[in-house]
Amino acid sequence: MLKKDLGLLILVVIVSAIVAFLNPRFISPINLSNTANLVGLFGIFSIGEGFVIITGGIDLSIGSMLALLGVVFIDLLTTYQMNWVAAVLLIVLAGTALGAIQGFLITKMRMQPFIVTLCGLLLYRGIARWYTDDGTAGFAFGQSFPSLEWLTTGRVHGIPLTFVVFVLISIVMGIVLHRSVFGRHLFAVGRNEEAALYSGIRSQWVIAATYIILGALSGLSAIYFAMYTRSISPASHGTFYELYAIAAAVLGGCSLRGGEGSVFGIVLGTILLQVLQNLVNLLGIPSSLNFAVMGAVILLGVLADQQLVNYRSRRAALRSQKALAAVDKAATV
Amino acid sequence: MEPFLELKAISKTFPGVQALADVGLSVSPGEVIGLIGENGAGKSTLMKILGGVIAPTSGSIRIDGVDRPALTVEAAIGAGIAFVHQELNLFDNLDAAANVFIGREPRKGWPLPLIDRKRLHDTVRPLLKRLDVDFEPQTLVADLSLAQRQLLEITKALSLDARVVIMDEPTSSLTISETRRLLAVIADLKRNGVAIIFISHRLHEVTECADRVVALRDGRIAGRLARHEITHDAMIRLMIGRDLKSLYTPPAAPPADAVLELKGFRTPAFPDSSIDLTLRRGEILGLAGLIGAGRTELARAVFGIDRPLAGEIRVNGEAAEVYSPSDAIARGIYLIPEDRKQSALILEDSIAQNISLANIRAFVRSGLVSSALEEQNAERQIRALRIKAPNASIIAGSLSGGNQQKVVLAKWLSMEPKILIFDEPTRGIDVGSKSEIYALMRGLADSGVGVLMISSDMEEVVGVSDRMVVMHEGAIAGELSRDRFSEEAVMQLAVGHRRSEPIGERAC
Repeated sequence: MLKKDLGLLILVVIVSAIVAFLNPRFISPINLSNTANLVGLFGIFSIGEGFVIITGGIDLSIGSMLALLGVVFIDLLTTYQMNWVAAVLLIVLAGTALGAIQGFLITKMRMQPFIVTLCGLLLYRGIARWYTDDGTAGFAFGQSFPSLEWLTTGRVHGIPLTFVVFVLISIVMGIVLHRSVFGRHLFAVGRNEEAALYSGIRSQWVIAATYIILGALSGLSAIYFAMYTRSISPASHGTFYELYAIAAAVLGGCSLRGGEGSVFGIVLGTILLQVLQNLVNLLGIPSSLNFAVMGAVILLGVLADQQLVNYRSRRAALRSQKALAAVDKAATV
Repeated sequence: MEPFLELKAISKTFPGVQALADVGLSVSPGEVIGLIGENGAGKSTLMKILGGVIAPTSGSIRIDGVDRPALTVEAAIGAGIAFVHQELNLFDNLDAAANVFIGREPRKGWPLPLIDRKRLHDTVRPLLKRLDVDFEPQTLVADLSLAQRQLLEITKALSLDARVVIMDEPTSSLTISETRRLLAVIADLKRNGVAIIFISHRLHEVTECADRVVALRDGRIAGRLARHEITHDAMIRLMIGRDLKSLYTPPAAPPADAVLELKGFRTPAFPDSSIDLTLRRGEILGLAGLIGAGRTELARAVFGIDRPLAGEIRVNGEAAEVYSPSDAIARGIYLIPEDRKQSALILEDSIAQNISLANIRAFVRSGLVSSALEEQNAERQIRALRIKAPNASIIAGSLSGGNQQKVVLAKWLSMEPKILIFDEPTRGIDVGSKSEIYALMRGLADSGVGVLMISSDMEEVVGVSDRMVVMHEGAIAGELSRDRFSEEAVMQLAVGHRRSEPIGERAC
C-alpha cells in the first residue's frame, strides 16, 4: 500500500468516526448496507476512469453512456423480451465497442480525449432521449427476473451484491494495474510516453485499451444502475456521474497529468464521496449543499495531499543525494 | 577604443561544480570576439551571467565605468546586451514585426489601447532594410526559413539599441550561402560600432570574422589570441589543452560480415536523399556530420519511430520489416537516443524498473511481474556497468548524466543486442564516465555487436570509431577509413564539399 493511500484511509476513518459520533444511525446496518450499495454502483466505472486518467487522458461520457445503454437494456428486456443473459452480454459488449471507438479516435486519429468524450457525452445523451422519445423507460408491470434481480440488487447477509462485485473487480483490476505487464506499460506510458515508445511499448494500444476497459465497465454499470432505479428518464439518468468518477480517482491519488494512481486509492476515493453524501443527509445539512460539501472536501484533500507530496519528495531527494554521496565516498576510499 | 563592458574575475559555483573560475572579459565598441570552448567549458554560464539570468558567485561586472556584483535581465537589456539564441525564441504564430516588438508594442486609442500596426510595421521596416533581408514586416514567422529567423532575432537586438550582440552558434543550422550573408551582417554591425560576441564550434568562421579569440576550458580562460594569432590549430590547442590525443582502442578482431545494411533508404526528413549504409559485426561505425544533417532522423527511421519512405533494412543479410520500435527490438536493433531524459528514461521510476522496461515479459512469473527478479537483474547490471547507486530502487532522476546513460545501456545489455545505435552517447556527461562508456562500446563491439555511433563531438567521433561515415543534408557525403581520419577531412565532408576551400570570402 502506498503512503498516499494510507493517508486517505485515515481520512475516511476519521470522517466516518465523526459522522457516527454525531449521528449513530450512520453505523446502523441498514445505512451501512445502503452506503455500500452506492459505493459499489459508483465504484465500478470509477476504476475504469482511473485507468484512463493514469494514461493522462479523461473520459466525460460515462453518465450519458449509462443513460443510453440503460434505456437500450430495458428495451431489450421489455419490448424484445430478450433472454436477460444475452441482454447483459450485449450491453457490456456495446459499452466495450463505444470505448473502442473513443480509443480509436484518441490514438489513431490523434484527437484530444477531452473533445472526443465531450462529444460522446452529448451524442449518447441525445440518442438516448431520441430513442425513448424523451419518455421514461421502465419495466412492464409484473415483469420480473429473479436471477438478474438477485445478482444486481440482492444482498447476502446484508451485504449488497453490487459491493461484492465491486470488490471482486477491484481486486482483479488492482492486480492488473500493479502487478501485470499491462499495468507496468500503463504507468510507463502515463509517465513518459516517448520513453515508453523508445522502449518498444505500443503506447497507442495501451491507451486505447484503457478506454475499452472503461467502456466495458460502464456497460456493466449501466445494467446495475438500470436494475437499481428500475426506470430511466434519459434526460437526467446518470448526469454528472463522470464527475463522481473523476473526483474519486483524483481523491484516490490519480494525477490528471498521468502516471500516478492506485486501485486501492480509487476505492477509498469512492467510499469517501459516498460517506460525504451520507453525511449531508444524516447531519441535517440542506441537501442542496451536497455538491458544495463534496467540492470543498476534494479541494482541501488534494491541496493537503500536494503539500505532503512536496514535503516528501524534498525529503526523498535529500535522502537519495546523501546515499549517492556515501557511494561516492566509498568509491574514492 | 575603451571597453564599455568588463567582466572582472567572475566565478560561479553550482552545488558540486565550479562552472567558472576567475574569468575576465572586456568588450569594446565595434569589435568581434570569438568565444570558443568545448561543450561544458562554461560558455553558456558566462553568457547567462552577461544576460542577467544568473548571478555570479564572485567577481564584478563593469558597465560604462559602474561596477556591479550582478546584472538583472532588465539591467542587461538596458545596458544594450542582446542575445541571438541557439534555440530561437520567436513566436511562430505572429508576424515578423510583432516579434521584434513583443512586449513593447506601440499603442493607440483610448480607453482601450490597441496595437498600432501601421507604426509597428513602419518602425520595423527600416531595421529589416538595414540587414538587407528578403521578407516583409508582415511575414509570418512560421513562413520564414531558419536563416531568416536568425536575421529576425538580430533585428530584434538592433531594435533594442544593442551595443553588443551575443550570437550563440548562429550558423549551426545555416547553409553556406546563408552563413556568408550572416558574416556580412556581422561586418556591417561592426562598422556601426556594435560589438559582437561570436560563440561557435565552426572554427573557420571564427577565423574569418573574429578580431580576437577568447578560449574557455573547464571554466577558466585557457588563453587569448590576437587577430594575427588566430589559426585553426592554435584554437584547438587552447580548447582541449593538448593536441588531439587518441582515445582509440583497436578492436580485438577485424570486423566480420555485415550485420545491418540499409539500401536505398529514404527518411521523411530528407525525402530526396537515398542512403546506403553497411554496419559490420564487431565494429564501431562513427556517423559524423553537422547538427541537422539527418543522422538522428536516420536512426529514428531504422528504429521504427518514423516510417521510412523507401528502402530496405537487412539484418544479418535478411530483409527486416521494421514498422515500430517493437519490431526493431524484436530484431535486436536497439537505440540509445539523444535526449536521455525525454526519450530514454522514466525519471520517476526506479533504476530496476527502467532497466526492465523494454523486456518486462522476461520478469514475469505465473502471469505477474516479479519485482524480486527485476531487482536481481538490476543489481547485476549496476555491478557490471559500475553504476554509482546505493541500490536498484533509487529513482533514475536522481542519478548523474553518466550514470543515467549507463542505466539506459543496461536496459539493452540484458537483451543481447545485435545492433546498438548510440545517438550522441556522451552529451552532457563528465570526462570520467565518457571513457567508461567508450570502453563499454568497445567491449560490446568485441562481443560481436555492430555499434553505430552518431556524434557531433569531433574528438569522440575521430577518437572512438573504427570507420566513419559523414552525412550532409540528409545524404552520405563520404566514408573515411581509420587511416584517413582527421578533423579536417570530417569537416570537409560535413559541410558538403570535398576540396579544401575556405567557406566564403573573408567577410569582416
